[in-house]
Amino acid sequence: MPVLKNREDLAHLRTSAKAKLKEKTISGATIFIGMGTCGIAAGASDVAEAVRTELAARNLDTEIVSVGCIGTCANEPLVDIQLPGKPRVTYAKVTPKMVPCIIDEHLVKEQIIKKWAFAQLTNGTGSAEDGLTTYDEHPFYRKQVRIALRNCGMIDPESIDEYIAVDGYRALAKIVNEMDNEDVIDEMKDSGLRGRGGAGFLTGVKWEFCMRARGYPKYVICNADEGDPGAFMDRSILEGDPHAVIEGMAIAAYAIGAPEGYIYCRAEYPLAIERLKKAIAQAHEYGLLGENILGSDFSFELKVKEGAGAFVCGEETALIASIEGKRGEPRPRPPYPAVSGLWGKPSNVNNVKSYAITPQIMLKGADWFSSIGTPRSTGTAVFALTGNIENTGLIEVPMGITLREIIYDVGGGIPKKKQFKAVQTGGPLGGCLPVDALDTPVDFDSLTEAGATMGSGGMIVVDQDTCMVEFARYFLTFASAESCGKCVPCRIGGQRLLEVLTRITNGEGTLEDLDEIEYISEYMSEGSLCALGQLTPGPVIASLRFFREEYEAHIKENFCSAGVCAGMFTYEIEAELCPGCGLCVKACTSDAITGEKKQPHVIDQSMCIQCGACYQVCKLGAILIKRKHEIVPLETA
Amino acid sequence: MILENKEYPPAVVNPRRRSRLLAALYIAQEQYGWLGPDAIQRVADRLGLTPGQVKSTASFYTMFKLEPLGKYRIQVCEGLSCYLVGGAEPIIDHVAKRLNIKPGETTPDGKFTLEIVQCLAACGTAPALRVNDELCENMTPENIDELIEQLRQE
Repeated sequence: MPVLKNREDLAHLRTSAKAKLKEKTISGATIFIGMGTCGIAAGASDVAEAVRTELAARNLDTEIVSVGCIGTCANEPLVDIQLPGKPRVTYAKVTPKMVPCIIDEHLVKEQIIKKWAFAQLTNGTGSAEDGLTTYDEHPFYRKQVRIALRNCGMIDPESIDEYIAVDGYRALAKIVNEMDNEDVIDEMKDSGLRGRGGAGFLTGVKWEFCMRARGYPKYVICNADEGDPGAFMDRSILEGDPHAVIEGMAIAAYAIGAPEGYIYCRAEYPLAIERLKKAIAQAHEYGLLGENILGSDFSFELKVKEGAGAFVCGEETALIASIEGKRGEPRPRPPYPAVSGLWGKPSNVNNVKSYAITPQIMLKGADWFSSIGTPRSTGTAVFALTGNIENTGLIEVPMGITLREIIYDVGGGIPKKKQFKAVQTGGPLGGCLPVDALDTPVDFDSLTEAGATMGSGGMIVVDQDTCMVEFARYFLTFASAESCGKCVPCRIGGQRLLEVLTRITNGEGTLEDLDEIEYISEYMSEGSLCALGQLTPGPVIASLRFFREEYEAHIKENFCSAGVCAGMFTYEIEAELCPGCGLCVKACTSDAITGEKKQPHVIDQSMCIQCGACYQVCKLGAILIKRKHEIVPLETA
Repeated sequence: MILENKEYPPAVVNPRRRSRLLAALYIAQEQYGWLGPDAIQRVADRLGLTPGQVKSTASFYTMFKLEPLGKYRIQVCEGLSCYLVGGAEPIIDHVAKRLNIKPGETTPDGKFTLEIVQCLAACGTAPALRVNDELCENMTPENIDELIEQLRQE
């Protein structure tokens, strides 16, 4: 590959790469297969193999492109077929058995199989086909604005040419030619971008601190140590569009005056690490990293550092210690890394999403970016939508959208006609919000005010069958296990809190325990060294605030209304609702349910082990969760 | 006590050299299977660190194993999706009961190690566990029994 010596070289390459990309979609058929971690986990490798076998059997040499995650993980594996001059049609939940049929009907006979098709994409490749929703109109995508995720699932993440064809590295070329470092920082400040790692500090201001700090060399660091349960935003970006992160980091390095950068990625993301390394090597070959980038006097080297399974390394000072090859323990701030970071030198640490957005801000301008979202939280927010929700997946929405819109419009609501109970944002260090808070706008300040946090982007929705005490205990178990042990409030406080909650879920809690929770939480948030300890009580405090009656029911009545905590509830069949279909009898694992066909059934409480199999299987909601003491033994009834 | 006149690593090593420690530990673990005294010493020698410095760092991270592992590493996922479908704890308890070891331990015959891990990215087919590099999905007590029996006979 030739080294790009200046801006014109890049423009030439862009023109030819664009032409090549267009050729792919205009003159030849292409098959795109979603090969992110989610796709592979859902069986995309087998599907890809089936596609290859089928093409070979038919003597077709159609090009197969592996793309990253397009966001709708619930529908993986996804296979897109692009016929020349036709829209790109996505097939969802593809199995190897479906492959021959799709290839035969669509690729050969050019007939879209509408019952399997998910949506069509029409950007400049022919007019939309009738009777099939386009991506723009699809309920899952309609309210989304994709900036950080713009290329995910669209381009081949392992090809730098495809990234260049979609205006990649154009922002970098623009700044090294037209702007000095202060211009870049001003543009960043004007855009109002707030750090997407969770704390929401203004990125431009952070860069300025680092730029003005004394010391050389300076470093730019990308925090890709995403470890929250139920969060995979950063992974999908690194797997689906690694060059955007590299370009964003190069821009930050130019602004700060840093010759070197590190991406700290958790070792649990092998595919992301592999693609990053590949992307860095490609950028090097083109001279977009290394010495004298695009003929300017700006030089920048980038390396990937692998973590080793410590959640606390997502904290910036711990992350820096880990890059240095030390125990990943945080240290008090100040001094902030912008003044004294990696090896005591000024260092700028940003999240993957912040860097992925940066090139777009430089290219389209601060005004464009700040026109999206709210005045104090500009731009978009990326969320990994998981839990009890119809459309799990990766979404990017403008700031200021309400939780209700995300959950019911984008997310498609709660499956199996169950009731929404709570939504947890900010992962194990965030908080949950109840149904009353559904109209809260999603931005940094509103969410904090409502009692949760923005966090880095995990959004977990739970339905009526989730016990909020147990839910809080789950996050607490995670956070306290991940405490590094350096400071006492976090190390001991987390353990004590966990003991209290375990007591309550075991039915041994007292009302004083609730005061104890508040007392310990206060000391933890005030006394802990880093955000991990300060925010560990977050989920507990939020659930206590919004679901206090559930805590009290556990303590006073020994009752878990969600039917989760063992021994704190019973199942009972409501005779009026039971048609006697017998489904529960078949599902019962302990032969506790009896009854004549078409007559209401009964559960023998002495045999019931509360496994919940009947509750899950009953379609009419005839099986109810009841307080234990209300039950009269069957014999005496 | 007379100290042997031996060359000790310099008190201040090049900090850049130390930053290779995590990567070096991964390589050593792959070669030795676990990070025993030999592996630790070798890494220390290569990077100009003391074995104490190396072990102190290695012990911080969950992915470095300071104990020998069993032939089959059974890693049970306790991620959110596995937890929500009733996996995690019941599955861990079941495996622990079958193997008669606690999480983090290895059976006396050196065949099995039970570990609890975070999300294995098999949320659609939860509960999941992994045996060495192989992912096993939709786990139930019954198919766990089958799996362990099969591995025992191999």
